[in-house]
Amino acid sequence: MNKSPNKKPKLVPYPSNSFVTERDLDKPPVLETVHLGIDFGGLNAVDDFSILVGRTEISGLIGPNGAGKTTVFNLLTNVYQPTRGNIMLDGYSTAGKTVAQVNKMGIARTFQNIRLFSNMSVIENVMVGLHNRMPGESLLSSITHLFGFSKAEKEAREMAIDLLSFFNMQDLASANAGSLPYGAQRRLEIVRALATNPKILLLDEPAAGMNPSETHELMENILRIRDTYNIAIMLIEHDMNLVMNICEGICVLDHGKVIAKGTPDDIRNDPKVIEAYLGKKR
Amino acid sequence: MAKFKNIYNNCMNKITSSGVVTRKDLWTYAMLAVIFVAVLVSDSLGLLTRQLTSLLVPVCCYIILAVSLNLTVGFLGELALGHAGFLAIGAYTSTLFSIAVQDTITSVWVRFPLALIIGGVSAGIFGLIIGLPVLRLRGDYLAIVTLAFGEIIKTVATNITVDLSKTTTTSSGAEKVVEQGLFGSAGLKNAPQDSTFIVAFILVVITVAIISNLVNSKYGRAITAMRDNRIAAEACGINITYHKILTFVISAFFAGIAGVLYGHNYTIFKPSTFDYNMSIEILVIVVLGGMGSIRGSIIAAIVLRVLPELLREFSDYRMLAYSILLILLMLINSAPGLAGLRAKLSIKNAYLSIKNKVMKRKTAENGGETHE
Amino acid sequence: MTFLATLVNGLSLGSIYALIALGYTMVYGIAKMLNFAHGDIIMIGAFSIFTCITSLKLPAILAILIAIVLCTILGITIEFLAYRPLRKAPPLAVLITAIGVSYFLQNIVLLINKLSNKTTFVFPTNILPDISLKIGSGDNAIIINGNTIFTFIVTAVIMVALTLFINKTKMGKAMRAVSEDKETAELMGISANRTITVTFAIGSALAAVAGLFYGGTVISFNHTLGSMPGIKAFVAAVFGGIGSIPGAMLGGIILGIIEKMAEQYISTSLANAVVFGMLILVLTFKPTGLLGKKINEKV
Repeated sequence: MNKSPNKKPKLVPYPSNSFVTERDLDKPPVLETVHLGIDFGGLNAVDDFSILVGRTEISGLIGPNGAGKTTVFNLLTNVYQPTRGNIMLDGYSTAGKTVAQVNKMGIARTFQNIRLFSNMSVIENVMVGLHNRMPGESLLSSITHLFGFSKAEKEAREMAIDLLSFFNMQDLASANAGSLPYGAQRRLEIVRALATNPKILLLDEPAAGMNPSETHELMENILRIRDTYNIAIMLIEHDMNLVMNICEGICVLDHGKVIAKGTPDDIRNDPKVIEAYLGKKR
Repeated sequence: MAKFKNIYNNCMNKITSSGVVTRKDLWTYAMLAVIFVAVLVSDSLGLLTRQLTSLLVPVCCYIILAVSLNLTVGFLGELALGHAGFLAIGAYTSTLFSIAVQDTITSVWVRFPLALIIGGVSAGIFGLIIGLPVLRLRGDYLAIVTLAFGEIIKTVATNITVDLSKTTTTSSGAEKVVEQGLFGSAGLKNAPQDSTFIVAFILVVITVAIISNLVNSKYGRAITAMRDNRIAAEACGINITYHKILTFVISAFFAGIAGVLYGHNYTIFKPSTFDYNMSIEILVIVVLGGMGSIRGSIIAAIVLRVLPELLREFSDYRMLAYSILLILLMLINSAPGLAGLRAKLSIKNAYLSIKNKVMKRKTAENGGETHE
Repeated sequence: MTFLATLVNGLSLGSIYALIALGYTMVYGIAKMLNFAHGDIIMIGAFSIFTCITSLKLPAILAILIAIVLCTILGITIEFLAYRPLRKAPPLAVLITAIGVSYFLQNIVLLINKLSNKTTFVFPTNILPDISLKIGSGDNAIIINGNTIFTFIVTAVIMVALTLFINKTKMGKAMRAVSEDKETAELMGISANRTITVTFAIGSALAAVAGLFYGGTVISFNHTLGSMPGIKAFVAAVFGGIGSIPGAMLGGIILGIIEKMAEQYISTSLANAVVFGMLILVLTFKPTGLLGKKINEKV
């Protein structure tokens, strides 16, 4: 059932010198940024960042440390307001929206340094993600625990268990999130992000601190998420094996600027990328 | 023994399975019921001194105040130091209303509910007014602004006079002026005494029910999530400002309700009562009872209100004891270096260790068989 | 001429607020905590000066020195016993502890006072040299008294000295480093604990000086002497931008003037409401204060 991580997707050129996978060609892109940039006190942290992400594409954002990758995620989720440029999510601009509004529009993310609600249980963490998908639970029903409260809670609970079982974590539902082992915490963050029903999922170093077998499992899981929920996934990762295996389009950042874009094969052979990672040949 | 436990568990599961009441809340309600019956029984047996009887409504006020402040401090994790201000608003607006309509609406059963709505809603509105600008601030700033707000309310009340005095004719035919209304720093005079223990107790139950229900709902999860990790909560689509203001307004509303009870109990009170010290006293109750524990707030409110009355001769030491209590509780609860001591002092851990020992012994008796 | 006189009074009161606000702002900038007990150190300072002069009949200069030393030791002790164990605790816990310390100081002084059956005291007025300045003549003359003049001069000198200390000395550099990033500063070999101790020492010494001037302004005082100026000085520090030394100075003076003007032109009893109303307004429209800088949170 699992797709082989080594399957090479076919890429076709798309207007504005980006690429999307062939199967997404007939659908509008889920995310498009145009000349996005932000300055921190005169320093161009990110400059002229233009990408295009297909509806069900798995894309990678790589680059040396300090290249501005997490800053891009913070820009996409409106944690930082961009100094220049525009972000179009599913055809709508996210300018001026709050972080929460952008999430409702369809971007969910995980964090490089895990940010769970560590005093809450695993299932409660997921249910926080489901918050905006529980219209049945109004303020009135919340304070009375009547008027459809039980039904709404039960449905949300079932939904949360479903999501958790995707990662085989249903047995941990009532455990304290803060007491989970590291790998499970990373998975829980992904489940929580998925719970918000995103159109695109941003994963910030999902494999950090994982051993090779865990990383392999993660790769399969990422593909499975894409195939099950039909969403786009964008990830920041230093594990080149993971990136080259599952990403269909890769964007390389260095010093806040895009230095290369393309398929894993293009990137692997790009002299600029090699230079950015290994330094100039002497 | 085991049979009883089974029956108990079955009953509990039946009650809690619908999700309407959690097991923890059930215990809280049971405790409230026991307290209520105990008070009524000891009152009818004449065991309550006059001093204690006069404390019944104020204790209920403090329970409501503590439970509502716990929502902000314990669950939302923001320090608000202006709770006495909301209490004052509730007390003043509602008593002025009651005085004004005393002659038109003679039935307490109509007048008092209206007073409750007026007191609660006006405190809630002030909560909204103060919440809108300041809840974008965090931590220390919020503390100081709420403190400032409490002082403003106190100062403004000192400068307002609403004279609702009436002239009545006594049986002998002489005219007599009954001073009623708000007289600046001299305070509010002669509100109708509409608060009774039964009413106050019902309000306590309603407050506890609403706040614990809220905490055990999606709103409660959002609030706790914001406390645990604001950035992650925001990334999960939680509207931070909305939930903060909602919490703040609900908290202020119930402080207003406590104010209505307070005003209609004492009937005469000065603005200087509602000062910073009162807010701190409520905070001490919340901290002592345990931040985020509603049952704890109830117990602490009772203990901290009744104990000083019983130990009047030590009244000089009361505030000193409070301050030491605050410091020690914070050091023991939060100092990373004292985690070992904390584990030793924890009742829960003590219980678990005893349970473990018993389990071990049982396992040994059963020849290594476990029921897990 | 009432206006000028009010302005002078406001400047004088503002200088005292500035002195206290300096302590707040330094502690907040470096230890990242709101030291609620700061105001009560002023009270302790005022009481020790009072005791030294009235009961022990010591010369004024010695009384002031004793008060400064006492407050410095007190500040260091409080930091060591109550705040240091909570260095890594959530801010809420630290804030509640600070409130506890504030209450503790007030009530311990109250208890001691009750032993002597006296709770209100009169601050000695003959501490500072009896000089006064007369501006103008006849009915329009404004008399500036010694307390006001000294408050001005001392505050100005302290302000300059503190700025030099922070910018020119090694300890000052360490303070700025710890205030920027405690962890990194420690990696560079700076002891954060020692730096914070020095900050508390300086803040408390300033509070003792403020106690001298504030006592001289209110004359009649008790164990709650420090709470109002403490809170208002915090308002001043926020007003000027917390963490900024010139900001504390500016905020203090502006607040003092606003308070005196409100007393003069609105109502004495509403002056506090005006001051606190200003705080809410400032925080609504400029949460970082007049001279504060915006800090981007790291995600």
